[in-house]
Amino acid sequence: MGRKILTEHINVPGINTLEVYRKMGGYRSVEKALKTMTPEEVVEEVKKSGLRGRGGAGFPTGMKWSFLAKPEGKPRYLVCNADESEPGTFKDRVLMEKIPHALIEGMITSSYALGARTSYIYIRGELMFVLRILEKAIAEAYASGLLGENILGSGYSLDLHVHPGGGAYICGEETALLESLEGKRGNPRNKPPFPAVQGLYACPTVVNNVESIASVPWIVNNTGEEYAKIGVGRSTGTKLISAGGHINKPGVYEIELGLPVEEFLFSDEYCGGIWKGRQFKAIVAGGSSVPILPAQLFLKTAEGTPRVMTYESLSEGGFVSGTMLGSGGFIVMDDTTCIVRNTWNFSRFYHHESCGQCSPCREGTGWMEKILHRIEHGHGHMHDIDLLVNVSKQIEGNTICPLGDAAAWPVASAVRHFREEFEWHVKHPEAATQ
Amino acid sequence: MLTAEEIQEIEHEISLVPYKKAACIEALKVVQNHRGWVSDENLKDTATMLEMTPHELDSVATFYNLIFRKPVGQHVILLCDSISCWVMGYENLRKDLMQKLEIKYGETTPDNRFTLLPNVCLGTCDHAPALMVDGDLYQDVTPEKLDEILSKYK
Ligand SMILES: NC(=O)C1=CN([C@@H]2O[C@H](COP(=O)(O)OP(=O)(O)OC[C@H]3O[C@@H](n4cnc5c(N)ncnc54)[C@H](O)[C@@H]3O)[C@@H](O)[C@H]2O)C=CC1
Ligand SMILES: Cc1cc2nc3c(=O)[nH]c(=O)nc-3n(C[C@H](O)[C@H](O)[C@H](O)COP(=O)(O)O)c2cc1C
Ligand code: SF4
Ligand code: FES
Repeated sequence: MGRKILTEHINVPGINTLEVYRKMGGYRSVEKALKTMTPEEVVEEVKKSGLRGRGGAGFPTGMKWSFLAKPEGKPRYLVCNADESEPGTFKDRVLMEKIPHALIEGMITSSYALGARTSYIYIRGELMFVLRILEKAIAEAYASGLLGENILGSGYSLDLHVHPGGGAYICGEETALLESLEGKRGNPRNKPPFPAVQGLYACPTVVNNVESIASVPWIVNNTGEEYAKIGVGRSTGTKLISAGGHINKPGVYEIELGLPVEEFLFSDEYCGGIWKGRQFKAIVAGGSSVPILPAQLFLKTAEGTPRVMTYESLSEGGFVSGTMLGSGGFIVMDDTTCIVRNTWNFSRFYHHESCGQCSPCREGTGWMEKILHRIEHGHGHMHDIDLLVNVSKQIEGNTICPLGDAAAWPVASAVRHFREEFEWHVKHPEAATQ
Repeated sequence: MLTAEEIQEIEHEISLVPYKKAACIEALKVVQNHRGWVSDENLKDTATMLEMTPHELDSVATFYNLIFRKPVGQHVILLCDSISCWVMGYENLRKDLMQKLEIKYGETTPDNRFTLLPNVCLGTCDHAPALMVDGDLYQDVTPEKLDEILSKYK
C-alpha cells in the first residue's frame, strides 16, 4: 500500500463537512502556519518538498512562489486552476467533490504564504454541482473564522471566491484563465511576463492546480523534508492518477511517485488489468495532450528499462519513444481500438477548442482534422499520412500557448507508432466507417 | 428590456469587480438564467449596462460554449464526445439519442423540450460514456438507460 496524503480520509462518511474534516485533523496547517510560521518559512517548506505543479507542466511550486513579485502598494493574488477539462483527467473534480475542505485549507495556507488577501478558485462552468459543494464548504469555513477577517485571531485576513467558467477548454491555460476571470475572451497571453510578475489585473499572481494546492497542508504539517522522502529523485510526493478506458477498475488513485507502471496498470490494487481478457494495445498517459504510446514502449523504454510513474521515466526517449506524465490522466486502449479514428477524435477536439489567435494552431488543427476525417472515411491518399506529420510540425513550437503542441503531438506520435494502421485505412477504403 | 430583477443581479455582479466590463460573463449568465438564452436585444441592453459596445460583448459571449446566443429548449443535454467516452462506446449512445429525439447536434426537439449539444470531457471518464442534462451528471450511460433519464425532464 502506498502512502496516502490527499485521499487518506476520502471514504470517511461526512468528510465533506467541516466538522468531520476537522475531526480527521483538517485545518491544522492553518493554525500552524498562521500562528507559528512566517510566510517566508511556509514558502521555504514548499521549496524543500520538491512539489511540482500537478496541472501538467510539473514546474516546481516552491520556485514559482519565490518568483512572485512583491511591488509596494499592489495586491497579490492566488488563483486556483480548477478548470480541469483535459480529456482523460478527472482527479481535481473527485478531490473537490469528496473533500472540498482539503482545497480550501490549502488555499488559506498558500494565500498566507504568498501574502494574498483575495484568492479565487476558477472552476469549469459545467461543474455546477461541484461549485455548490465548494460554496457550501467555504460558507462553513467563513462561519467558523477560518476565512474572512483576522483568521483564528492571527491578524491575517483572506477572502476566497469561487468563479465558474463559461465552458472553454482553453481557459485552463493559466493566462487564458486570467483573461476569463477579468471578464474577457479566454485568449492566452504571451509569456513572459509570467503571471508571477503580471497576472490578474496586471498584479503579481500565482496560478496553481487544485492538487498542488491541496498538497500544501501536509507539507506544512509534516515539513517539506518529509514530503521529499516520498517518491524518487525530482519526482517527489504522491500523485493522483485518473484512470479510464479499457481497464477493469477505472477511477482515481493516489500513488507514490516511483510506482512501477506495470504494477499500476495490472495489479488489483489499482487498475486491475485490461478488461474482458483482451490485450493492452496503447495508452495516453498524461491527459489527451501527451504523445500516445504503444503498450511495449509504455511498459519499458526503448532500451528495455521498465518504466516507473515519475515525470522523468515517462518522458525517457523524448518524443521519439517516450511520453509525459502530464496531468496524470490515463486513457487505456485494448486491441480492438482503431488508432486512426481515435486520432481523428483528438484532432476534432483541438480544432474545436483552439482559441484562433495563432494561425498555425487555428488552421493547422482544422487541416489535421480534415485529413484524418478523409483517411478514416475511406477517401485518404498515401501522401496524406506524411502531410499530417508535416502539418503537425508547422504547428509545434510556433504558437502562443502549448495548445498547439498538444494538438500536434498526439497526431505525430500516432503516425510514428501506428503508421501501418493509417496505411491500411488508405488501402482499404471499403472498410471505412461512415 | 431587462427586468428589474435582472438589472439588480447584474448590478450586484458589477459591484464585485474592479471595473464594469469585468462582470460581463457573469452578466450574460444572469440573463441566461432568467431566459434560457441571450437574444440580440438582451445583449444590447446588457452591453449598455456594462458600458461596452454590443459587438465587444458578443465577441465574449460567442467565445464560451455555455452562453447560448440561439434559443434552446427547456432542457439542454450536453453529450460528452471526448476521447474516453469515445473509447467506451459513445458513438452508439449518440446514435440512439439522436434517433430518439429525432434531432442532430445543435437542434431542438419540435416540442421544445430538449436541445442536444456535444461537450468536451465531462470529467468522469471512469464512468464513460457520460452526459449532462441541465447540469445533472449521468454516468455509465447505456442506450437502455436513456429513456429513464429523459423521462425525468418534462
Ligand atoms: N490539467 C489539465 O486539465 C490540463 C493540463 N495541461 C498541461 O499543461 C501543461 C502546459 O502548461 P503551461 O502553463 O503552458 O506550462 P509552462 O511550463 O509554461 O508553465 C508551468 C507553470 O510554471 C510557471 N512558470 C514557468 N516558468 C516561470 C518563470 N520563469 N517564472 C515564473 N513562473 C514560471 C508558469 O507560470 C506556470 O504556472 C502541459 O504540459 C499539459 O500537461 C494541458 C491541458 C489541460
Ligand atoms: C490548453 C491548456 C489547458 C490547461 N488546462 C489546465 C487545467 O485545466 N488545470 C490546470 O491545473 N492546469 C491546466 N493547464 C496548465 C496551466 O497553464 C498551468 O501550468 C497550471 O495551472 C499551473 O499550476 P501548477 O503549477 O500547480 O500545475 C493548461 C495548460 C494548457 C496549455
Ligand atoms: S496555440 Fe491555439 S489555443 Fe493557444 S493561443 Fe494560439 S490559437 Fe489560441
Ligand atoms: S471523455 Fe467523456 S467524461 Fe471524460
